[in-house]
Amino acid sequence: MSQTVPVRLYVNGDRHDIDIEPRRTLADALRDDCGLTGTHLGCEHGVCGACTILVDGKPVRACLMFAVQAEGTSIRTVEGLAPDDQQLHPVQRAFWEKHGLQCGFCTPGFLMLVAGQLEEKPETDEEEMRDVLSSNLCRCTGYQNILKASMAAAEEMSG
Amino acid sequence: MTAVEPPSWTGRSLPRVEDPSILRGHGRYVADVASQDRCWYAKFVRSSIAAGRIVGITAPPGVRIYTAADLDGVGEIVASLARPDFVTTSQPILARDVVRFVGEPVAMVLAETEAEAEDALERVVVEIEPLPAVLSVADATADQARLVHDVDFPGDPNTVVDGRIHTPGFDEVFAAAAHRVSVQVGSARQSAMPLEARASHAAYDPATGRTTLHVTTQMPHVIRTGLADVLGIREDDLRVIAPDVGGGFGAKMALAREDVMVVHAARRLRRNIAWIETREENFMAAWHSREQVYDVEGAFTEDGDLLAVRADLRCDVGAYSCYPVTYGVEPLMAMAELTGPYAVREYSVRSRAVLSNKCPIAPYRGVSRPVQVLAMERLMDVAARQLDIDPVDLRMRNLVHEFPHRIPSGLVLDNASHRQTLAVAAEMADVADFRRRQRAARGEGRLLGIGFSSFAERTGYGTPAFAARSAPFELKPSAVADVITPGFERVVLAMDSSAGVTVRIGASPHGQGLRTALAQVISDELGVSPGEVRVIHSDTDATPYGWGSFASRAMVLAGGASMLAARELAGRLRTLASSRLGGLPGDIDLSDGEARHRETGESVPLFVLARDTYHSSHLIPDKGEPALEATATYDPSGTFANACHVAEVEVDPATGAVAVTRFLVAEDAGRLVNPAIVDGQIQGGVVQGIANALFEELIYDDRGVLVTTSLMDYLPPTLHEVPDIEIAHLETTSPQSVTGAKGVGEGGTIGAPAAIANAVSDALGHLGIAVDHIPATPHRLRTAIRSAQAAQAADKTDRETAS
Repeated sequence: MSQTVPVRLYVNGDRHDIDIEPRRTLADALRDDCGLTGTHLGCEHGVCGACTILVDGKPVRACLMFAVQAEGTSIRTVEGLAPDDQQLHPVQRAFWEKHGLQCGFCTPGFLMLVAGQLEEKPETDEEEMRDVLSSNLCRCTGYQNILKASMAAAEEMSG
Repeated sequence: MTAVEPPSWTGRSLPRVEDPSILRGHGRYVADVASQDRCWYAKFVRSSIAAGRIVGITAPPGVRIYTAADLDGVGEIVASLARPDFVTTSQPILARDVVRFVGEPVAMVLAETEAEAEDALERVVVEIEPLPAVLSVADATADQARLVHDVDFPGDPNTVVDGRIHTPGFDEVFAAAAHRVSVQVGSARQSAMPLEARASHAAYDPATGRTTLHVTTQMPHVIRTGLADVLGIREDDLRVIAPDVGGGFGAKMALAREDVMVVHAARRLRRNIAWIETREENFMAAWHSREQVYDVEGAFTEDGDLLAVRADLRCDVGAYSCYPVTYGVEPLMAMAELTGPYAVREYSVRSRAVLSNKCPIAPYRGVSRPVQVLAMERLMDVAARQLDIDPVDLRMRNLVHEFPHRIPSGLVLDNASHRQTLAVAAEMADVADFRRRQRAARGEGRLLGIGFSSFAERTGYGTPAFAARSAPFELKPSAVADVITPGFERVVLAMDSSAGVTVRIGASPHGQGLRTALAQVISDELGVSPGEVRVIHSDTDATPYGWGSFASRAMVLAGGASMLAARELAGRLRTLASSRLGGLPGDIDLSDGEARHRETGESVPLFVLARDTYHSSHLIPDKGEPALEATATYDPSGTFANACHVAEVEVDPATGAVAVTRFLVAEDAGRLVNPAIVDGQIQGGVVQGIANALFEELIYDDRGVLVTTSLMDYLPPTLHEVPDIEIAHLETTSPQSVTGAKGVGEGGTIGAPAAIANAVSDALGHLGIAVDHIPATPHRLRTAIRSAQAAQAADKTDRETAS
């Protein structure tokens, strides 16, 4: 199983030319081949959502997609969320201010999920946001502050 | 000068210092260390049979495989207590000759990539001759039961802990009581299920001969001791680092056999080796908890005073004893703490740990207390109905309200607010209004219920509490104790020559925000801002020996030690300042990075005092040491936080599904250092309690095969299953905690299941259905509702026929 294929990924605006086995998941390619370990793996069967990233702007479970399927797409991971070293993305800032994380393992997945939702639909209301957030699992926070943070970010991004 | 009270950092919801790196994706978990290293990967061949003899293990040429036969010089894991009723068993690193549960590691394979290691795993064939599996407490303790371990059991078969307490006055009081009320409660097996499964990465350094293990653990120092003992090496040959840890909840406070193998292989092969556990393995082999059944009987007076409690507590602890806290952790806690906040005089209890061919247990948030509280709170509701007393009044009548109060097991309840938290919760709940809503809903065929749960949460306990689990024993002159007694926490605090403050702690936080909270406590003592305090933890090369973060202890113990060390260092700074500013050390206030004379108003920056100390040490006035350091240990006997939870639920009679529609918490965790962090602990805990009550259950089939091995079978709640959680705080301090803070990590999980069980029982009381065994899944409730409805219909038909 050592036959590799060349794959070109565009991640957070950078081009990555990597040689990988066709069976390599996008999550593994991002982590091991692109060095972007902010995308976490909690279950590797598509339930927990810790590996959620944006592929062409849509939230995707990176553990359920092969890297070769992402050839030519535009990928965003948690490392690409903040505009620079000094500022945070509104969703990141809201999670910090509202204590929306504890151990932080699920956090990148939630950030990408919410950022994807709000960049597409900044006026998302609380009911819809509850549906969106129910995609992912968090074991620490009880979700209360994740919801508060997401709605605070929605307010900022729609205002 | 008017004295100005310096601003207190304690009590503020400061955003956490831990967060920015995590938010940017720069957190560093074990798998991230492995990802960026050219290490080899380990995978474990696991038993698919619950009990059996290993007949053969074969692997094709080219597969790098380790079996028990390759472990010369490697010991086994032994976790024991010095109690006459304790039966010691041993946990081999890889199964040797026999397997004792599905998921037990039988062999390890190594490959250059994780994918190749998985390929190799598929090619290993293990032949096992099955033996009858022991799968229940009843089977395990039957007369001719097969023994899970071939050791001598002086009492019942497979019974490894058999604790008893019988107070002298019990028999008389129990026999004479006006009312006796009994309940049987139980909990299914659960997984703590941290979102990051287990992982380790061992790196051998040929230059020093040392091995550095990055491991996702709550107790790096203790894990290092355990590894060194099993491998027969010196502790300083190992450096153990817990980097960012993706949740623990107790499941990461046990020495893993897999970690022993990873370190062993790294040392033998002089290579870096990583093991990243899959979610399936985590469910099968990474410790279970709480498979318990309690029979509890309370003796009440005519007026409702609970005089005596009789209990028989059984814990199915699986196949092995977890290191360091042992398989006594569940039954011994339950025995000591069952009666909780109630003023019970007499107590008779038997509490057992019983082996089975299932995954071993380890602590999970609350350990036995969710089931203890379920037992006592169901008892209160059943008694209230039987004695026709309002359930809140019955609790109020029996809650301890004078402190300190010694409970029949010998534990002492320190200052608490049991009656006040119940009163606050009852007021928030507005039961009268709820009853009106309940009646109106019933008219529409909707089933609403409300349930209360009052409890004490023992927190922040040090060595005295852990020592009490063993009988007193004397150390032999030249031998180590074969018992591990956790407890103290120690910190080393230093101010550097630029007045930066660093504290090195033995505790090992993993998401609790302890770096932020300790910085707040220390800042108040030293008059600096929290941003100037760096907390270093979870690295055995950089921190003093400590027991780690578990049992709602870190804020009490590491916080207490930090406060004591900071006070000592503050004293030194005052002495230095008074030599520059005149007056006595007691005249000096520390605030805003300065030492200020309270009367004259003259001040000197701490930076200057720090430079004096290190760079002009010849001028130090009292010829003191050229250092600004303080070390402190804190080791109290423990303090009880307390709370009252109230749940409102709606049960769908068609599906059996329960919606938790309202959840209230009146919490008293003493002084709040960082209220946002405290609320976060409560909220997360309550949701794990809701999970215990309604959703999560590890299920073995009748051959002992675990069938819930994915997140499609084992169901943690999502936001959809969780209501808004309303929290009120009381702040009762205690001499048992120098900071005034009590632990709060487990309370949410401890109290919520009982509140929900009582609420569902209230909703279904008219059908004669009570929830005593959790989780109350839709299937179980729907079955109970249908059979109750059928019985009522038959009864009605009978009556009509009779008339």
